[in-house]
Amino acid sequence: MSDSSELKIDITTPDGAELDRGFTGLVKGFALCTVFLLFWMTWVILGAAIPAIQTFGLGFFLSQDWDVGALIFGALPYGYGTLMTSIIALVIGVPIAIAVALVTSETFLPIWVRSPLAALVELIAAIPSVIIGLWGFFVLIPFIDPVQLWIFKVLGWIPLFGTEPTVGQGSIFVAGVILAIMILPTIATISRDVLIAIPTELRSASRALGSTHWETLFRVVLPTAAPGILGAITLGLGRAMGETMAVTLVIGNSPQFTVSLLNLGATIPSVLANQFAEALDTLHIGALMYLALALFGLTLLVNIAAVMIVKTLEQR
Amino acid sequence: MQTTSETNLSLAEDLQADLPIKRQLFSYGMTAIALLLTALALLPLFSILFSIVQQGLPQLSWQTFTTLPSPTGSVGEPDGFGNAIIGTAVMVGMASLISIPVGIMTAIFLAEFSQGSAIAGFVRFVVTILSGVPSIVVGVFAYGVIVLATKEFSALAGSFALAVVMLPIVVLSTESALLLVPTAQKLASAGLGASRFQTTFRVVLASALPGIMTGILLAIARAAGETAPLIFTALFSTSWFDNLLSPTSSLSVLIYNYISLKVLLKNIIWLGQRLWCCSV
Repeated sequence: MSDSSELKIDITTPDGAELDRGFTGLVKGFALCTVFLLFWMTWVILGAAIPAIQTFGLGFFLSQDWDVGALIFGALPYGYGTLMTSIIALVIGVPIAIAVALVTSETFLPIWVRSPLAALVELIAAIPSVIIGLWGFFVLIPFIDPVQLWIFKVLGWIPLFGTEPTVGQGSIFVAGVILAIMILPTIATISRDVLIAIPTELRSASRALGSTHWETLFRVVLPTAAPGILGAITLGLGRAMGETMAVTLVIGNSPQFTVSLLNLGATIPSVLANQFAEALDTLHIGALMYLALALFGLTLLVNIAAVMIVKTLEQR
Repeated sequence: MQTTSETNLSLAEDLQADLPIKRQLFSYGMTAIALLLTALALLPLFSILFSIVQQGLPQLSWQTFTTLPSPTGSVGEPDGFGNAIIGTAVMVGMASLISIPVGIMTAIFLAEFSQGSAIAGFVRFVVTILSGVPSIVVGVFAYGVIVLATKEFSALAGSFALAVVMLPIVVLSTESALLLVPTAQKLASAGLGASRFQTTFRVVLASALPGIMTGILLAIARAAGETAPLIFTALFSTSWFDNLLSPTSSLSVLIYNYISLKVLLKNIIWLGQRLWCCSV
């Protein structure tokens, strides 16, 4: 091409306009592909779960028998495990995460300590979960075993702590602790951003009226940041429910249902991780797909809730 | 007159007086608790890094990167995980080939072409939701699409699962990188007579490139560390990578398998662990 023909490229030529239209369509097509993926995912998992849905119905979630040989499946132990590990993770993780968010956003420490501290906490999120599970198995379980024994001795009369822990095998409780570590960076990082975004005028007004730093935090800053922090916690909950590898390695993987948190247990993701590779029968695969569908639906609801909370926050 | 000065005096005293002891204790106590909890939060991180370096570093040698895992129970044979490194590289590479172009195009649509339309809002919503789907569910999806259809665990199924995991990360990070490009630059490009296509490729993408690369690296690091989508899609293999339609080993599944088998090959496990952190 000569120089003169290059000069002819201008917005009014039909060539350019067609290229533009084509490109716009292409880009839109890719975007719709991405959207299509979510629906495809739902369709595939639902389709494969149908044999189990037809056989067991909703009673699936209330039955506690899981016998691969007899093809009888019930999800109660796994649902209970998922629920309890998530609750433990929130109970332990949320106060620590909020403390981290406050320390890294307020002026308790000089700025050259705060920023690296925030980066370090974010680093936890970058560790692959199988490695956290590995650490949990070799380091955390031996460390927590005495604590579990102590809880059993002191609070053993409560059914929730009513079984003697199996040394070295982990438990629902240990899985909850691991999850607390894993959701901490999610909650802390988002909460920190929310806290930093709060207008200085609010703090100044509160301090001018004579309240101390902590009184300002509890009565002005945290209540203002509450919706954002709630969104962060919801996102953390979604992560806790779906976390697989770390939990699988420290929960002991027992299909037996017991109320006690000190007992071995299983969660929906952990049973999927354990059994999918060996599942051959259509009904067994169907039951696992049914579990996956339930997990998918639950995390979808939790994540949608988180997005909604953040959206209403943006509108205010 | 006297009453006023008395009031002033007591006011001055009040202003200069120390805070009540209760409020002081509350302040110091809360600061101490917050700092303690922060230290507690960082404890696992340091413990993990310490374990990896302490247990993994002494075992590291060139041989571990170039040989196959030795048979269980054998002593003194060359031992390594070269096949897992190749398997991970192949699957992450394939996943990148799918997810990076689709992700960048989707992000271009969101940031440049949608102009705040309802469709864009919906696409962004779906991508955000997609990023929150547990990776094990993505594995189940890949199992349903590819493993059930081909009746074979394969690297292809593993790559597909990893691509789905990477996609929302690429889209969201690329979109935020594109939004940072100043509008003035785009207008200048359009003013010089460039078409949308030219503006997007020569101006917007070029200046957002560093941000996009960061996002891609994050997505690759995430995919390389994923285990859950691979255990029942790519499965595992103790031999070298063969073809895309056969079971393939990966570093993360190797670590998981060794622990769940309770085989006492701690050395390899810790080594693999060290490697992962390097990759991240």
